[in-house]
Amino acid sequence: MAKELLKGNYAVVKGAILAGCRNYFGYPITPASEIAEAAAYYMPLVGGTFIQAESEVAAINMLYGAVSGGIRSMTASSSPGISLKQEGISYAAGAELPIVVVDIVRGGPGLGNIAPEQSDYNQIVKGGGHGNYKNIVLAPNSAQEMCDLTMLAFDLAFKYRNPAFILSDGFIGQMMEPVEFPEPRTDFPREDWALYGDAESKKNLISSIYLDPDELEEHNRKLQRKYQEIEENEVRYEEYHLDDAKFVLMGYGIVSRMLRSAVDTLRKEGLKVGMLRPLTLFPFPKKQIKELADRGAAFFVSEMSNGQMVDDVRLATELKVPVYFYGRMGGNVPTTEALIEQIKIYYQKS
Amino acid sequence: MAKLAFTKSKAFYDQYFRNPNPDKKSTHYCPGCGHGNVHKFIAEALEDFEVVDRSIIISPVGCSVFAYYYFDTGNIQAAHGRAAAVATGIKRTHPHSIVISYQGDGDLAAIGTAELIHAANRGENITIIFINNAIYGMTGGQMAPTTLIGQRTTTTPRGRDVHNEGFPIRVCEMLNSLEAPVYLERVSLHDTKHRAKARMAVRKAIKNQIDGKGFSLVEVLSPCPSGWKMDPVDSIKWIEQEMTKVFPLGVFRDKSKEVESFHFEKPQLPADQITDALGLSQLKVQHFEQSKPEEKYRNPGIKAAGFGGQGILLLGVALAQAGMLEGYQVSWIPSYGPEMRGGTANCHVHISEQPIGSPLVAFPDVLIAMNRPSLERFQNDVKEGGLIIYDSSLIDIEPSRQDVEIMPIPATRMADELGNTRIANMVVLGAYIGYTNALNKETVLATLDTIISRKRLIDINRQAIEKGYEFGYEMKQKASGK
Ligand SMILES: Cc1ncc(C[n+]2csc(CCOP(=O)(O)OP(=O)(O)O)c2C)c(N)n1
Ligand code: SF4
Repeated sequence: MAKELLKGNYAVVKGAILAGCRNYFGYPITPASEIAEAAAYYMPLVGGTFIQAESEVAAINMLYGAVSGGIRSMTASSSPGISLKQEGISYAAGAELPIVVVDIVRGGPGLGNIAPEQSDYNQIVKGGGHGNYKNIVLAPNSAQEMCDLTMLAFDLAFKYRNPAFILSDGFIGQMMEPVEFPEPRTDFPREDWALYGDAESKKNLISSIYLDPDELEEHNRKLQRKYQEIEENEVRYEEYHLDDAKFVLMGYGIVSRMLRSAVDTLRKEGLKVGMLRPLTLFPFPKKQIKELADRGAAFFVSEMSNGQMVDDVRLATELKVPVYFYGRMGGNVPTTEALIEQIKIYYQKS
Repeated sequence: MAKLAFTKSKAFYDQYFRNPNPDKKSTHYCPGCGHGNVHKFIAEALEDFEVVDRSIIISPVGCSVFAYYYFDTGNIQAAHGRAAAVATGIKRTHPHSIVISYQGDGDLAAIGTAELIHAANRGENITIIFINNAIYGMTGGQMAPTTLIGQRTTTTPRGRDVHNEGFPIRVCEMLNSLEAPVYLERVSLHDTKHRAKARMAVRKAIKNQIDGKGFSLVEVLSPCPSGWKMDPVDSIKWIEQEMTKVFPLGVFRDKSKEVESFHFEKPQLPADQITDALGLSQLKVQHFEQSKPEEKYRNPGIKAAGFGGQGILLLGVALAQAGMLEGYQVSWIPSYGPEMRGGTANCHVHISEQPIGSPLVAFPDVLIAMNRPSLERFQNDVKEGGLIIYDSSLIDIEPSRQDVEIMPIPATRMADELGNTRIANMVVLGAYIGYTNALNKETVLATLDTIISRKRLIDINRQAIEKGYEFGYEMKQKASGK
């Protein structure tokens, strides 16, 4: 198939439509606005709906309504907008609605700036809204993956009836790379839980309310079983030169691209470094980390944040080995050169 | 609780099986509560219009949070205040469905005001039934946005004070300032005659939706004896004597006869039409021969920089696009982080035989500088043995580096000679490939169809590339002493 050179943000929309998404609800915010703009352009061309909502709160609730109808639908925003959506995301998790949300993370807290950060890890991977729930979280690191993982997000969301996130940043959204698009998906089964506005489906109730404590606890236990199943089946990651690595670099999204370059350079200098890149942040590749830690490998985590994923890495290593961290914030991106310098310092120590 | 039993419409369940209460025949509403009446009006209308099966009712947060116990329709329970947005979502997804958003005054006129106004302003073809009981019933009688001046509630223990709480919001009047709503009426439940009117209003609001007329809202002044701490009889009197003074009854808007029917369509397209719509079927699998540059010009990391408006980003896109066509791995990224300051436009391009790690080009093999600040700022980052190309018609200094190749080119002047200053970027692009052979000229020319949206400009861009190419080629011949 032919390739198209395009921005990650556009790849998201084309991927979504190819995956069968037919509704987009969103409120403009840099650096995610291009997703809304592309959706505004393409959705009507494929028989879909685009609504510029009055707020992120409205957008996520339109999404809640649309997905109640069993049709693949999405919203996208950037960090402050995601904060606003959190209530709706919690409702979707409770009602087991397969919403798909894209977060093109920018600098925070507060209004922060519009430059790329990875500081939404906690608010997306750890919940962010209220209640005992988890999102499926996918972290692309290229324009191609912006397409592929968006498509996967829809599949996983519907497979598990669970909110799924694309956690990306302004850097990947803006980056142009060649993207190869698959064939569009067209026939989707009727979802037996959804409302189609007909006699057959009207028995269905979309709700997250369970007044009785025992019932709510049972509902929560069911959710936890689902999350466990997701952890067993859906962990995805990339390994790079891990076979003999005694020092494992970890980062997701754009940082993993710099780490990959760092591995190439450091390998040439004879350092036994490798990279483990999570593609899924929930479920997190805990088992793989533990195996590497059991082998005695030390870890070096880099994020464009104050260190959020690194907590999960530490937990997964069961604190058996050193886990070093190097972060940049405010929209500053760790360059390969800076990473190499840091890695060398810690490599010597371990 | 749970005294009133409905005369059963087919739109109600026979047994309220979702109600955990062992009594599956009665509702959860208090004696004298208005919610039950209004439920009944809705159910009757749905049955009469034969739309029960395709109806979807949105239960709000408030006392009617359990509306779904009763209606034998599709049901969605929404977050507090968001019913109008949820209704929008499902209605747009299944336009043939009949969507009713049922909301209290706290839900609709406080926390959900934005969702209400914008659903109304979009003219969503939905029906909103708004229960105005001037209080928060469910949470135990706190002030609502519709609470009357002087009315005592648990959060206005001395009565609503305009200086602290402002005035009651009149929803119909407020919405009546918008263009889109088709039908707005305020009704009351305080006696048989008014209940009959209320019933007709609910019917009309639903019929409008069936007919594709657009946004309809019925505001119902409704008793809440528990919240008001009155008995049902006094409650009815209070509506008549106090509430209707503040909330005058009547039709505020009725355009249902004038407006044309409109229904959204959601056609399901076959696969080939989807690929067409996404512009994917036009993508050609093209095979361009890969260039064969000298070793030092292979796998370049390129940084291009200049003023905004000089077409720097497009220059980069052309490079990446041509690289892709020749089968290289490529990446393009505009200025990031601290580079974004200073009014310059920069981009970073990789053209590589190997998978690309970092898309950044912190230390370029090739720097293309189109203005002086860019040259000054980035020249020291260029790798030893690298290449600096700069627009000598705009930059009045020379690079200070001795350890790199340098190609000055009067690109802007050359562009002017061709008749368009703005194509200096393409002159430089041509010069770069003429000098290095990093890409084949034919490939770069072939990108113009894709990257230049105004077709009449393609030819002049082509000329610019050709001219730059010649210049670069000659410079290279000279540099290598040929
Ligand atoms: C976000 C959020 N804030 C507050 C509440 C608590 N709450 C539940 S119902 C309600 C007010 C309901 O009043 P109204 O909409 O007038 O309906 P009524 O109960 O009078 O029918 C409030 C504040 C909530 N559920 N969610
Ligand atoms: S509290 Fe008021 S609104 Fe709620 S059920 Fe009782 S009477 Fe009705």
